[in-house]
Amino acid sequence: MIKTRASGRTVGGLRTLSLQAPAVTLLFLWMIVPLAMTLWFSLQRYNLLMPGMGGFAGLENYEFLLTDPALWSAMGTTLLLVGWVLAITVVGGTLLAVLFQQEFMGRGIARVLAISPFFVMPTVSALVWKNMMMHPSNGVLAWLSKSLGLPVIDWFSSLPLTSVIIIVAWQWLPFALLILLTAMQSLDDDQVEAARMDGAGPLAIFFYITLPHLKRAISVVIMIEMIFLLTIFAEIFVTTSGGPGLATTNLAYLIYIRALLDFDVGTASAGGVIAIILANIVAIFLVRMVAKNLEN
Amino acid sequence: MNTTTTAKTAVAPAHVSIGDVARAQRWRKVGMALLGWAVALLIFFPIFWMIITGFKTETDAVADPTLIFSPTLESYAAVQGRADYLKFALNSVAVSFGSTLLALLIAIPSAYAMAFLPTKRTKGTLLWMLSTKMLPSVGVLVPIYLIFRDVGLLDTRTGLIIVYTLMNLPIVVWMLYTFFKDLPKDILEAGRMDGAGTLQEVWYLLLPLTLPGIASTGLLSVILSWNEAFWSLNLTTSNAAPLTAYIASFSSPEGLFWAKLSAASTMAIAPILIFGWLTQKQMVRGLTFGAVK
Repeated sequence: MIKTRASGRTVGGLRTLSLQAPAVTLLFLWMIVPLAMTLWFSLQRYNLLMPGMGGFAGLENYEFLLTDPALWSAMGTTLLLVGWVLAITVVGGTLLAVLFQQEFMGRGIARVLAISPFFVMPTVSALVWKNMMMHPSNGVLAWLSKSLGLPVIDWFSSLPLTSVIIIVAWQWLPFALLILLTAMQSLDDDQVEAARMDGAGPLAIFFYITLPHLKRAISVVIMIEMIFLLTIFAEIFVTTSGGPGLATTNLAYLIYIRALLDFDVGTASAGGVIAIILANIVAIFLVRMVAKNLEN
Repeated sequence: MNTTTTAKTAVAPAHVSIGDVARAQRWRKVGMALLGWAVALLIFFPIFWMIITGFKTETDAVADPTLIFSPTLESYAAVQGRADYLKFALNSVAVSFGSTLLALLIAIPSAYAMAFLPTKRTKGTLLWMLSTKMLPSVGVLVPIYLIFRDVGLLDTRTGLIIVYTLMNLPIVVWMLYTFFKDLPKDILEAGRMDGAGTLQEVWYLLLPLTLPGIASTGLLSVILSWNEAFWSLNLTTSNAAPLTAYIASFSSPEGLFWAKLSAASTMAIAPILIFGWLTQKQMVRGLTFGAVK
């Protein structure tokens, strides 16, 4: 009896291994090969503009980067960007989900319109916001404030990070809405009705029934968005190119500047290694926290 | 709806008539409709404005915002004269659907193993997979670029398909895992009792039962691949360039030509936007089974 079970488990283990093998092997290679190469480059003097200057650099690249104020500013920007967009999309998405759960005329079409920005490629949405919405002289927002007699805001020079946050939040709000709306559909109507009978107001219902019900879905939104927001690139590339100064340079963009604009493969690789370490720290803390939430 | 009305009347004080309650509800509905539509239109406005601008002349495009103008197709003609839209669009279709199919093919066995044959390491493996997504692509661009150059994958659809497959694999595995895990174990058990092998079990039981979930996973993967800009811009030049590259080619030199840029942008997002509109119900239906319930 014990023997069969034991052998059954080994067979199971083997099956698990063979079924998992393709995905795990591919992802492992996808991660480890570039990682090893990045690590190697990060220890080299490797600047494409100075071909004669090669050779082993030791930790020089890291020292150069870690003493560079740009790195710390980029880390701060990364966290601000992720934090604000998460806050806006989760709060906004929840409110919108409650709104679009109500029955009203043409609700289906209104929902589809509200979800649409998620399907738009980041490059296009960044271009549209930059040129047609936030442009200081011809943009719709400028025209609006002019019509209302308010001062015109030059979004990208006076509020650069805010502008990027607005664009990114606009793109991800529909995603949060889509997921949370889905979750709302399994909300038990009888429970809500019972609470209403007991005299609970809309606010009480929201905080004591709807919100706890959405906990799992909110965790999903946070986890997926975090994965994408940590490496935001296209929106910054198209709108501000990381500027003015370093105002909108996040970690991903800083590495891009070093690697592709300064042609400094060594330093860029060191930045890549630092970004990878940071990503893993975030993965360990936040994802684990969210994953625990998903289990319940 | 009926229960709501009765419930409302039951708690309403005696001096409030049924007519009042009904009227209040009707007003509430009108208010909701107004609010809902206002919010939806506000969110959709930038896209709407882009579509409209594509039908303007360049002069109208930079004039004060107005809906009154004489629509023209000249921007579309100019855009089409400069770059062959169809070639880029076909690349986008091939790359996003190809990578999605490949990712599903690799992910289904893996998710199956995690859901039905879990070991102590399953949780860890899953988290590790997701953490690979947090690497900034720029961090590993140089090595990938050099490898692709050496094996001749630069500017090929195959190259992009490989990158996108790996890029989306963690999310696809995770989503499928949540769908599979929710399936009652008894069903598969019963199949096994009847002598179904693993393959039959997967093909005749697992896949049909979780099809909505698999479909929404696939749809999400298609959308993410379609809109991916970093790898497509850095790894392709002309042959395999998808629509993201098409837009990029218009954004720099034509930066000041808003109408043409809008026309090109509209054409670049139209297929995926319509695809998204048509499948969003399916996407929501699929998602209700798995992670978000």
